[in-house]
Amino acid sequence: MDIELMISSFPKLLNATLITLKLLSVSLIVGLFIGLGFAILRMNNNKLINKFAYGYSYIFRGTPLLVQIFIIYFGLGQIEYLRTTFLWVVLKEPYWCAIIAFSLNTGAYTSEILRSAFQTIKPGYLEAGRSLGIPSKIIFTKIQIPIAIKQSLPAYGNEIILMLKGTSLASTVTLMDLTGVAKYIISTTFKPVEVFIVAGGIYLFMTFIIHNVIKYLEKKYGFQT
Amino acid sequence: MELLYFGDKGWGDELFFATLMTIAVSITAMIIGFLFAALFTPLKLSNNKVLNSIGNAYTTVIRGVPELLVIYLFFFGGSGAIMFVASIFGYNDYIEINAFLTGSFSIGIISGAYSTEVFRGALQSIDMGQFEAAKVLGFNKYIYFFKIILPQMLRLAIPNLSNVWQITLKDTSLISVTGLVEIMRQSYIAAGSTRDPLFFYSFAAVLYLMLTFLSMQLLNRLETKYSKGY
Repeated sequence: MDIELMISSFPKLLNATLITLKLLSVSLIVGLFIGLGFAILRMNNNKLINKFAYGYSYIFRGTPLLVQIFIIYFGLGQIEYLRTTFLWVVLKEPYWCAIIAFSLNTGAYTSEILRSAFQTIKPGYLEAGRSLGIPSKIIFTKIQIPIAIKQSLPAYGNEIILMLKGTSLASTVTLMDLTGVAKYIISTTFKPVEVFIVAGGIYLFMTFIIHNVIKYLEKKYGFQT
Repeated sequence: MELLYFGDKGWGDELFFATLMTIAVSITAMIIGFLFAALFTPLKLSNNKVLNSIGNAYTTVIRGVPELLVIYLFFFGGSGAIMFVASIFGYNDYIEINAFLTGSFSIGIISGAYSTEVFRGALQSIDMGQFEAAKVLGFNKYIYFFKIILPQMLRLAIPNLSNVWQITLKDTSLISVTGLVEIMRQSYIAAGSTRDPLFFYSFAAVLYLMLTFLSMQLLNRLETKYSKGY
């Protein structure tokens, strides 16, 4: 066991954690909006819109995240037309490609979580709102959304942890996130166990924090019935 | 479409065999995962504090650390560990482990952590009376476990195990980093030599969708078969 290597690699790995956290937070925020959008589309009565939203979540949940990143990073650059538009500024950066892929992926999972949360809202709440003459827009923003958020907290907490692990795939498109730096140190020192303990420890610490924050939020805002 | 021709002209046969490889790795990993689950589920349910915390450590660490990091650990560390053991027995040559074994083993450990949680949950939701009744009636251990507990447990576990299967199937894409030629690796090679990454990665996505779709159909059938009432 090379304790010295563990100590010397710790600051490097901690530095890389910042990129991991950046990737995670940006894609979670964007993904939440995408998820909310598609969850609303899923509840639409129009069959075509409904099918479209279902197809989106089916494709993104049925294929590995790695394929999605590769299609966006390696694949989209192949379309000549895209290279002439302003989108190319975004798509040639691995950082933005990773964020697009992560956001679309977590968006698909979030839409499923929110959809099931919306569907479990008791119809009585909506009927009560309607009979009190509250406009449907306000019923949606003030009644449906808050209840749905409360109900989806535990499942969404899992999704955050899955996404934290998902950001490790950014290292496959040359980004130096926590896993990327860990791999670099392993391949230069050939000491996989030591690096795994330090990098894995940092990941576990983050999972632990996320888990407890969600638990706290559940307790504070949890749904009492 | 010419790119998908079988034979020397296209990549059809290569991708076909790569798909078989993905299926083979997934099934092997799933079986290795079951072995791990069989080992760790009793630990997690044990009343002994030491055994219990070993079981908890396994599921917490594996489920809290990215799959890619676990794969790197076994990819870079696997042959080192085996060479170390071999050197104790006086064998000092370089040993290289097969990419298939490393891949299946690392994915298997991950899938085992999820399976352990599924089995634990299923065992815990069996009515206590079933255990007690089986004991009171004086069945031997074989009948107690295989004829009374296991059938009830499987029935509760199968829906969640099909989720574990989906996760495992998708995780196998990650072992392409170790050089094992499965769908992702083959698409990478094909994309590199034809300079057509968009087509090949999209086709890989279609292959994965087909695999998840077909396995869902099969597993749903299994689920209805086992969820019949008694």
